[in-house]
Amino acid sequence: MGKTLAEKILSQKSAGDARAGDIVIAQVDLVFAQDTTGPLTIRQFQACGFERLADPEKTFLFLDHAAPSPNRSVSNDHMLLHQFARQTGCLIYNVGDGVCHQIVAESLAKPGDVIVGADSHTVTAGGLGAFATGMGSSDVAIAFGLGKTWFRVPESIKIVVSGKFTHGVGAKDFVLHLIGTIGADGATYKALEFGGDGVDSMSMSQRFTIANMAVEAGAKAGLFPADRTTQDYLISQGRGDHYQPMSADGDASYEKTVNIDLAALEPTVAKPHNVDNVAPAKELKGTEIQQVFIGTCTNGRLEDIAIVAEMLKGKRRHPETRLIVAPASPQVLLAAIRAGYIHTLVEAGAIILPPGCGACLGLHQGVLGDGESCLSTANRNFKGRMGNPKAFIYLGSPATAAATALTGEISDPREVF
Amino acid sequence: MLKGRAFKFGDNISTDHITPGRLAHLRSNLPELAKHVLEDADPAFASRVKAGDFIVAGNNFGLGSSREHAPLVIKMAGVSAILAKSVARIFFRNAINLGLPVLICDTALIDEGDELEVDLAAGTVNNITKGDQLTFGKLPEVMLHILDEGGLIPYIQKYGDFRL
Repeated sequence: MGKTLAEKILSQKSAGDARAGDIVIAQVDLVFAQDTTGPLTIRQFQACGFERLADPEKTFLFLDHAAPSPNRSVSNDHMLLHQFARQTGCLIYNVGDGVCHQIVAESLAKPGDVIVGADSHTVTAGGLGAFATGMGSSDVAIAFGLGKTWFRVPESIKIVVSGKFTHGVGAKDFVLHLIGTIGADGATYKALEFGGDGVDSMSMSQRFTIANMAVEAGAKAGLFPADRTTQDYLISQGRGDHYQPMSADGDASYEKTVNIDLAALEPTVAKPHNVDNVAPAKELKGTEIQQVFIGTCTNGRLEDIAIVAEMLKGKRRHPETRLIVAPASPQVLLAAIRAGYIHTLVEAGAIILPPGCGACLGLHQGVLGDGESCLSTANRNFKGRMGNPKAFIYLGSPATAAATALTGEISDPREVF
Repeated sequence: MLKGRAFKFGDNISTDHITPGRLAHLRSNLPELAKHVLEDADPAFASRVKAGDFIVAGNNFGLGSSREHAPLVIKMAGVSAILAKSVARIFFRNAINLGLPVLICDTALIDEGDELEVDLAAGTVNNITKGDQLTFGKLPEVMLHILDEGGLIPYIQKYGDFRL
């Protein structure tokens, strides 16, 4: 019997025959924490009595969730992380260096890697064929110290993708549709594995958007094959030597199969307060929006910003709607500046935030007021997520966000442009 | 034997309900953070919960973030176990790592305020108020070992490595 991608990678990294349901101990190729989970990770690491990292070159810290720091408590946490990096020799990405998952995608993750991070959206690296998953501070602290962790090998759900996206429809609409179909716990303890002709035509940016939100269906990992597109991406990042092809065996066994035709999708929005509470954007017309937020590990890449800039060129946001854009990394920001997108966005009335998580998790840089509504390109719309339990968050694509910024109400981008 | 009252919650209680991002500046001040436990699901919970009490939830409890602070503040509030129809993956593992039992059972049969008695070894929940008994699913062996040692940190302190 052949193997799924999850079984293949976990077999390789546990030097055994890993099958769904088995408990394995796997070597980790990359382990990291960020500024809101890192301090507890360090305390747990120290509580275990570890004095050194298993491998400083595989261990990373990121200051991205509250960067620059909004208050002295967070500043002190940042200092603690810097001190730990100095003591142990791990690499730290500082304030302004970008969102951890984007840096992992651009510079660190390789197809076939096992990656664990103290952040649930670690699954993003599944876009290039890595088995990447989020864990808590204790598990990550042990992986810091031992260079390995235990896994229950997940059953996989196969998502067979066919066709091509139509105008105004993209990866975010696909993944919101998928989560709406299988539910916010539809893949709990499982891996989502994407395949089919429709995947061949997806860009890396689109794959990262989809893998990123696998966790919103409860999944342990969201895995794409590593193919020619992956190779081209790694070459463009100056690390073509990190490429190896990865695919599931043809006779692998899946728990179930879900078929999605890209051509049948339409602009989709998740309504408050759950990600699986989805509806077509056009049905939400008339829902007034006070803030549009574009960015995050889900949709803060150059392709996303390009879509928004092209749609807003020569136009101006609705006078009562704030437009906040946070590029996911300095690489994205610089490329957006070179392409003229930032100029276009500022002219359209946008606020540009430094590379980082921005307004996503409610700490700063766009906290909502009582009763306000936000259309966000992020991945979560839970009650209280953006800093106020009396506010409402709708999730949509960059195209839907741009259309909404223009009209001041949730809008189907196909009707506006 | 664990003994306490049931505090009922619905489906999809996220880590943002339990310990929201807006309080991330308190994550290095856990006693202060714990005062806000589950604030966005039930603002009165933190002041009403007593040592030994149970969280009794619906489906997909603890979905969302990997923040271990979520089960940590629940444990600090004195909760002795979480009973739910189903639990999100990262939260589940985090709770066990902190020595906080998570028991999967049909919580529809429990009402707010019911007096419960949980026997972890026998796998039973006695509902003293209602006079009936529920059973819960067995944890994987590796998690039982971690729970037996009081959590992952004491487990690693004792063994220095995973022992599967």
